[in-house]
Formats: sequence, structure tokens, C-alpha cells
Amino acid sequence: MHLTIEFGGGLELLCQSVKIHHVDVDMKPGEDKLAMRDLLSWVQTNLIKERPEMFMKDDHVRPGVLVLINDCDWELSGQLDTLLEEKDVIVFISTLHGG
Amino acid sequence: MEDVKQKNRSRLCSICNDKKAALKRPKTQEQICRECFYSVFEEEIHNVIVDNKLFKSGERVAIAASGGKDSTVLAYILSELNRRHNYGLDLFLLSVDEGITGYRDDSLETVKRNEIQYGLPLKVVSYKDLYGWTMDEIVKAIGLKNNCTFCGVFRRQALDRGAALMRTDKLATGHNADDMAETVLLNILRGDIARLSRCTLITTGEDGPIPRCKPFKYTYEKEIVMYAYFKKLDYFSTECIYSPNAYRGFAREFIKDLERIRPSAILDIIRSGENLRISTSTKMPDQGTCERCGYISSQKWCKACVLLDGLNRGLPRQGIGRTRGAVLSKDREQIRTDSEMKGSISQSKPCGTLDF
Repeated sequence: MHLTIEFGGGLELLCQSVKIHHVDVDMKPGEDKLAMRDLLSWVQTNLIKERPEMFMKDDHVRPGVLVLINDCDWELSGQLDTLLEEKDVIVFISTLHGG
Repeated sequence: MEDVKQKNRSRLCSICNDKKAALKRPKTQEQICRECFYSVFEEEIHNVIVDNKLFKSGERVAIAASGGKDSTVLAYILSELNRRHNYGLDLFLLSVDEGITGYRDDSLETVKRNEIQYGLPLKVVSYKDLYGWTMDEIVKAIGLKNNCTFCGVFRRQALDRGAALMRTDKLATGHNADDMAETVLLNILRGDIARLSRCTLITTGEDGPIPRCKPFKYTYEKEIVMYAYFKKLDYFSTECIYSPNAYRGFAREFIKDLERIRPSAILDIIRSGENLRISTSTKMPDQGTCERCGYISSQKWCKACVLLDGLNRGLPRQGIGRTRGAVLSKDREQIRTDSEMKGSISQSKPCGTLDF
């Protein structure tokens, strides 16, 4: 599945300061849907290069990290259970950096 | 920009019932669209400003600008509201250059862009000019242990001095609701009753030369970041290169964990702080002025002067360490002369460890 993943608010520093990533995520065999839950662990394994604890806590994004799917707050679409579709744009923004 | 894909997960805005909702408000749990979000966000801040009489027409107001998300959104919103509602304020940006290579120099570039983008004049005051030391030099002298104490004490005073220099009537800072809740908790954890009683005030220092106010006191960090993201505001988001404040970090994380379970926790903590009443038998420190520089201080010398004196005399640990607020007034007489200073290094108040 082709997706665009963006990092902001300082999270890009965890992946060598690259903000926008065009990625191709392999689906589990026999499945045609990808849930945000699966994408998070994919991102953690494939994109995050340092300080993974700044991105995830347990199986969730770290509290204080905002997530938007196609510019829409993921709290409106079921957070971890949100099912992704081809060409979706997922944005992760940290709110934890100084103001 | 509008997402053309119609998905079954899209919902309509609960205010206009027309457009697709773009976010869930932490304060109210409402699902609202981008346009309705802009209007409620801006109007709420306008109402906070009006209800609390934060500004008077004709005042010259400095916006403390770090280039980070909060101060960038504050600068944008204040200039917008000032125009829209004819506040009649003379606004400008005030930044402090701590002299931290790779951090503040970059964030100051953001502030310089904001100066042009929002048409607000910018004044930068530097630690080097005010104190003769950059933070880089201070860290070289003292190491990475107590550097945040120096930086916090110096910044607070630098903002006041910069504001005075610019003949400012009021200073507005970008502290948000999450910051407030965090500070209430920290003051409880530290037993700092004097600060606990004033940290939730929306305006402080009204008896001093330059009062400070916090228009974002009730504004959730999530909404500030969402606003900046949707409006594509240009802000800087890199952590300071000199170790973050670990204790504050724990409090911050705790607040964020609470928010996830119950978003109203943030406003509830602020309300708890506001409603605390300090018993009259609690001894509070007397506010006076520093004998050396004239800045407000509960001691003979203000914290910045104690720290600076230590730096200049090669005793960088002078002024590090703390005592509790309740015993402070007894210690007030302890800092007397230069020669006695060495003996009283742990007696002064850590006024820079919190920004409030």
C-alpha cells in the first residue's frame, strides 16, 4: 500500500530530519486493509532511527503526539483501529517541544 | 486541500453541520471542521482577553517570542485580534538570545521571519549584552548540571529588561493550559506555596513595572499545534541542546497521560490551582528589590545577581540549591557582603527553575 508519512514538531529529528516519506507498506498475507495499529509498528521499525520512546509508548503513539490522517484528527476515525487506504497521508506532530 | 475521497469514517462538523469535521476539541469533545475551529479558537482567546481585561487601548505590548509553536501562534493571533477587534495595541516581538549555538540562533531566524510575516517589529536582547556571558560560555564553565537554572533566571530577567528598554506596558507570553497544569503540579510536588498561589494568575506582576499576561491560559496545547498546522504557521521545534529539565518532563508526561484518559483533567488541575487558598499562617516571602540591580527579589540580591557574581568570581555553584519558601524570610538577612556570600550559597531561592 502506498502511503505518505510526514513528521513534524521535532519528530522528524528521530528519522534523520526527513519530514516527508513516501513509503510502500506490505500488507499481511490475505488481508487488504491496513490498520493504524499496524502502521505504527511499521513506522517504528522502518522509519524511526533514534529515541523510539519519543514516538511510541506501549502500543500507542506517545501521549502528546498528534496524528492526522488526510488532514483529519485521528481521534475522529478511531485512532489505532482506523483502516488506511491507498494513498492516504498520515501526519505525526509532536507537541512536546518548547513554545 | 479538501480530501476528495469520501470515506465512511468522515463525519460532519457539529457546529455548521455542513463541512467534514477535522478535529476533536479536547475541551468540549466536539467534532468540528477547520473553519469552525478557526472561529471558536480565535473567539475564545478574544473572550479571555476581554473578560480578564488583559490589555487597555493604547498600550504597548511585547509578545515574548521564542520562535516555538506557542509564541508563534500567540503573535499571529494577537496581531489578528488587534486588527479585527480594534484593541488599539502597539504590538512588537521581544526575543531573548541566550547564546546557544545550533538552537537559539536557528529559532531566532524563525522569529525574524515572523517579524516580516506578521508585520510586527522585533527586539532581541542577548545574555551576552546583559550579563557578559552566553549560555555556551556558561555551560563551558559550569557543565551540564545546573545550566537550566542559570538560563531560566537570566531569561526571566532578560525579558523584563528588554521590555523596560522598549518602554513596554505589558508582556504577553505563550504559556498554554497544559503548561499551567504542569506548573501547578510541579509547585505542589516542590511544596512551593508562594508560587502555587500565584502560578494560575492570568496576569502577574501588576505591582511591578511590567505586568505579564497569558492569553493562552485556557488554551489546550493540542489546539495550538493543530491551529499552527492547519494555518501552516512557521515555527521552530527543536529541543534545547543543553539537557531538558527531567523533573518537569515527568510532570509533562503525567499530564499528557491524564489528558488521554480524560481531556478535561488539564482544565480541572488549573481550576484546582485557582481555588486553592493559602492559610494565613503560612509564612510567605517578602518581595523587595535587589540591592545590586534593583530587580524584584525576596533576598538582598536577586537570583540573577547571585548567579552572575558566582560566574564572574569563578564560583559557578554559588546560588545553586534551594531552600523552602517558608524559611526564606529568615534567611533574608544572610546575604550581606561579598565575603559572606560564599557561606550562604544554598540559601537563596531558585527563581528560574519555573517560568512563572
